[in-house]
Formats: sequence, structure tokens, C-alpha cells
Amino acid sequence: MSRTATGKEPVAVVGIGQTKHVAARRDVSIAGLVREAARRALDDAGLDWADIDAVVIGKAPDFFEGVMMPELYLADALGAVGKPMLRVHTAGSVGGSTALVAANLIAARVHGTVLTLAFEKQSESNAMWGLSLPVPFQQPLLAGAGGFFAPHIRAYMRRSGAPDTVGSVVAYKDRRNALKNPYAHLHEHDITLEKVQASPMLWDPVRYSETCPSSDGACAMVLTGRAGTARAPHPPAWVHGGAMRSEPTLFAGKDFVSPQAGKDCAADVYRQAGITDPRREIDAVEMYVPFSWYEPMWLENLGFAAEGEGWKLTESGATELDGDLPVNPSGGVLSTNPIGASGMIRFAEAALQVRGQAGEHQVDGARRAMGHAYGGGAQFFAMWLVGSEPPPG
Amino acid sequence: MPEVLSAPLVVEFPFTRSLGPVQSAFLTGLRERTVLGVKTSRGQVLVPPVEYDPATAEEIRDLVEVAPTGTVTTWAWNPAPRRDQPLRTPFAWVLVRLDGADTALLHVLDAPGPDAVRTGMRVRVRWAAERAGAITDIACFEPYEGEPGAPAAPHDGRFADPVTGIVAPARLDYTYSPGRAPTDYLNALAERRTVGERCPSCRKVYVPPRGACPTCGIATAERVEVGPRGTVTTFCIVNIKARNLDIEVPYVYGHIALDGADLALHGRIGGIPYDQVRMGLRVEPVWTEGGRYPDHYRPTGEPDADYDAYKELI
Repeated sequence: MSRTATGKEPVAVVGIGQTKHVAARRDVSIAGLVREAARRALDDAGLDWADIDAVVIGKAPDFFEGVMMPELYLADALGAVGKPMLRVHTAGSVGGSTALVAANLIAARVHGTVLTLAFEKQSESNAMWGLSLPVPFQQPLLAGAGGFFAPHIRAYMRRSGAPDTVGSVVAYKDRRNALKNPYAHLHEHDITLEKVQASPMLWDPVRYSETCPSSDGACAMVLTGRAGTARAPHPPAWVHGGAMRSEPTLFAGKDFVSPQAGKDCAADVYRQAGITDPRREIDAVEMYVPFSWYEPMWLENLGFAAEGEGWKLTESGATELDGDLPVNPSGGVLSTNPIGASGMIRFAEAALQVRGQAGEHQVDGARRAMGHAYGGGAQFFAMWLVGSEPPPG
Repeated sequence: MPEVLSAPLVVEFPFTRSLGPVQSAFLTGLRERTVLGVKTSRGQVLVPPVEYDPATAEEIRDLVEVAPTGTVTTWAWNPAPRRDQPLRTPFAWVLVRLDGADTALLHVLDAPGPDAVRTGMRVRVRWAAERAGAITDIACFEPYEGEPGAPAAPHDGRFADPVTGIVAPARLDYTYSPGRAPTDYLNALAERRTVGERCPSCRKVYVPPRGACPTCGIATAERVEVGPRGTVTTFCIVNIKARNLDIEVPYVYGHIALDGADLALHGRIGGIPYDQVRMGLRVEPVWTEGGRYPDHYRPTGEPDADYDAYKELI
């Protein structure tokens, strides 16, 4: 079905802004942090606050900074006074879902130009505490997100027969990619594969260097329709497909290694974008990999490799910056993790690639790129596919 | 029907706040008995100050000093102060527009009773004896009959030893109730039995039960005893202590599919060196006197389960 037939407005990214992600931005308030990213996105789009029709904001659960409904206090920092402002909640995938809600407002012609932003200021709290709250009558055992996901990684290793070095290969790649991204949090200039492999086991089989850092940061995008794109000073990234899917945290038959909701979400995006062979037709992927083993796991879940084969793609070097399917050229979540913003950074980095504006971590000739986010107990998924050309129709 | 369990649940954390330039000047000013606001490009003085103009979205950095005297713009009487509120005796919540300001500040007014409070009354700051750079450096407001304060005057916001961050302790007191099905499950555990519930539609046995099947979306009621033995489907070895977890590391966090259950529950694996735990290990619960749940699961000594026997439960 063509766009005209569906009556949808084509959506494009015309502005992107990020803060330099770091462990602690003690020089700014939360308002100051989000403002910095938003201002950069507006500057990139050649727009000002008055040009924005609505603001859609996302962040991880309120426990992470202990400010209830921070979006209310951020309305003036984001120029949202007198405009609609909404907040999206989908745990770690929220940055992706937030961008999709903003995109849908334009596609539906509710608004013409929308500022969307996601942030986390992890230094103001302790995410491991926030994710391990005691529950009465239950044995306290859960040790943060790493403790939750490590058993699923072990299950993947058993199911796929992957050698136990694959996780370190991913971490080594992503940390080197981060060196080419000035906004990335970790810049480990002396990183070696041996150092990754020698780092301590935190949640065996997950090593310290195979986990994401804790970051302060924000990411913003300006989304607009066809008319807005015509006025944009820089090349747009066109949205060719976007979808969200959810499933319960726990249920009999849940596949934690490759959740059905993730497969369905990817299939929906590919259908919208007319993608039949993602491995060949997609030039770069920014996927949500908070623990390095999730790269091969998501390669399978998203259809880039057959079940049990994702680790071979990683091991072959295909996902390196100069491989035929670069994954996380920005350095990914493994190098930068302001939790609520991490999904939006994936979406924005995918857009930077097809705009040809990724700088040193640009994938040559990237025409179609995918942004991916997941959250909760591997239960919320958000993805989009962006292209350098407008969608057909 | 047996009583549903409930227990207090306290969630508290000392959150920190980076203040940024404007709030830093404001709170440091309070420590120095100086009330600062900001002046917008349209000449409005906002107290308390904000970093960005609510009307124009412009960044504001022009600080001004306003008077410690002002006018109550509205109020509400609080007859029963709660823990951590600014005064222990009954008081009025007030919005005070300080002399020189165009907006009002929320604080409290020390007054003998609601009859002593009215909109339009004149008040002044009562400074706290010990000040640290916090809104509580203003102990409260009190009635004031003297002359109005001077108009707002520019201030560079500079003080020695500025406050750049604060600690904002937060505490939430809940009464937690796990609900009917988990209560049944917990009561059975107290008798050292593990009892799940079967979905009448898909026939899956949920342990622990939630009272509804998350796949079919219908209530479950049929009780099914499972275990006590089970299979470790997967696990990790935890080498890092969570902030609020009182447990020695390393420990093994295991997913255990009890015999007869259709999904794994989570428990600690013990009675075996942590580096010898493996997928497929057969285990049984180890109970402690008065425990609400098994302390841990230990090997039964049976041969390991075949991968195909539990791979659908991972």
C-alpha cells in the first residue's frame, strides 16, 4: 500500500543533538542537561523553540533520579510551555518508543514539527539499587540488570554452541568504535582484546568489560513532515518503518534468548520498509547491546542471521565498522549508557549514518540503517528503519 | 478464605542533585541570608529562580536580589504537620510574593491559627540558625508589620564556597500485599510445599502463581503441587554486591524448573562449589526453620537432566 493510500505524512529526522556522555555531569541540572541536547538538535535543524509544535520526552523509571514526573519541571527548559508535552514509559527501550510516538504524531498529521528527547542522569542515583528493590516475602537475590540477563546469555551460549570468546570480541569492537565518536562516554584508548578478556567476571558469564557504563546524557531529535524537510539545512533521514511490540516479563514458553516480541517487531518494520533480506539491504545497525553477548543474540532475533548463527557473523568481522553489516559504529550502549536516552541514541545514530553525518564512525555510503531498543525483562521492543531517500509513494 | 498477606515496604534513597548555575546561586544565597531571583528579558523577576524563561524558552542568567519581606498571595492551613515538614506545630502553607518579585515562592508561615492568616498579609523570612544551602535555610515566614523591602537589585550570584549539589533523601512507605495467589503459594512454602496454579485454558502450571495466566489472560485457581526436585535450566555466578542485598558473593543465581512446573523460578544454588554448578543439574530445596522460602537449592545426586528435557523451559 502506498503512503498516499494510507494517508500518512512521510516523516524525517532533520535535527539531532547529543550531549557529550560522561559518568557525571555535575555542572548542570537535569534541565540544563536536556536543554543542551535540545538546543543542538534545533541548531542542526535550523529551527528555534517557536518552530516546535509539540515535545515528546522519555526517560527510564523515576526511581533512577528520584524526581517524580520530571517532564513537568522540564517544560520550560524544552520550550514546551503552551504546547502539548507527553512522556513515554517503556523502561530501557523508552528512547526508541519516544521517537516512534513523536514520528507517529507527524505521520498522523497531528503536528507538523516535533521535538523528541530522552535523557538519564545516572549520577544522581544508583540504577543497580533501582533495579534490585527488595520485595517482602521474596528472597532478595537479584543483582541488577547484569544478574538478570547473565543467565539468558548462558542459555544462548549453550543453545548456539558459541565459543565463550564472542562476548569479548563484541566489546573490543564497540569500545574501539567509540574512539571515533566524540559523544561516546568511554574512550579507552589503550583497549586490547586481552584486556577485555582479563577483566573480572561480574555476573559469570558476563565480564566487567562486556557491560555498559553508567552515564549522564541526553539525546534529542527534531522530526518533521515533507514541508519541514524541504526547509531543512542538512540532509534528512527518512523514516521507512517503525514499530513497537511488548510481551510479559515471565510466561510459560517465553524465549528469553530470542523473544517473540522482538521478532514480530522487526518483521513489522521490514514489511513497512519493503525489506526482504535485512542482511543485504541494511547498511548499518545501531542495536541495544548493554551486555556484549546481546549482539549475536539480536542478530538472530532481528533476522540478520539464522538461529544459532549470530555469533558466526560477529566472529567473522562482518559487524566491524568496515564489515558488510556494521553494528554499533557509534560504540553502542556498551560505550555509552544514559539508560533512558540509550534507545534514542540508537535511533539518532542510525539517522546520522543515512544523513552522512556520523563523522569518523560514518559507514561509507550508508543508505538504510536500523535503530533498535529493548527494555524491561526483554519485553519491550522499539525499532525503526531510516533511509537517505524518501519512502516510495 | 485465608487472609491475604501484607507487609510494610520502605523504599528510600539519598538522591543527589547537581544544581546548575542558577539553583546553585539561589541556594548558596539562602545560606548567606540573601534571596536571589532571575530577571527575564521582559523585565519580570522570578523567585524562586528558573534557568529557562517559561514564556519565551530563553536561557536566563540575570540574577537579582529581592527583599526578605513579602505578601501572602494564597494559603492553606495545615492542622496536623507530618514527619519532615518544616514546622512541628500547625502552620499555614503559603505562597509569598517577595518584595521585588513578580512570582510567588511556596513555603510555610508560623501563625497561631487560621484566623491569623489572610491573603494579602505581610510576612518576612525567619532564617534558620544553621544554614547549609537549602530551601530549609528559610525556617519559615512570620507576620511582619514594617516597611516594604527595597526593589530588586542586580546581583552577580558569586559567593565564596558555592553549593553546587545537594542530597535529596526520598522515602516512600508502602503497605505491600502480594495478593491472593502468591499468598496461597507463600503459605504452602511455610509448610515446605511448592504449590502453583494451572491455567484452565493452556494447562500451563505457573510457579509462583499470579492468579492469572499472562498468556491467556484468564484467572487461575486449580492448585498443583510441584517439585520438590527440579532442574537448573540456566544460572549466573554473581560476584558483585548490590547495594541493598545482604548476601555473600560469589553466589549462584539459578533458574530452577521444578518437576511439574511450566516455567522456571529463581533461587540460589548451594551445597556445591559455585564453579561446579551447571545447566541440567538436578536440585532440591533446603529449608531453614521459620523461613518463608527455601534458603537455597542443593544437588540431589541424580544424573544431570538431558538438555532436550528442559530446553523449552529456558
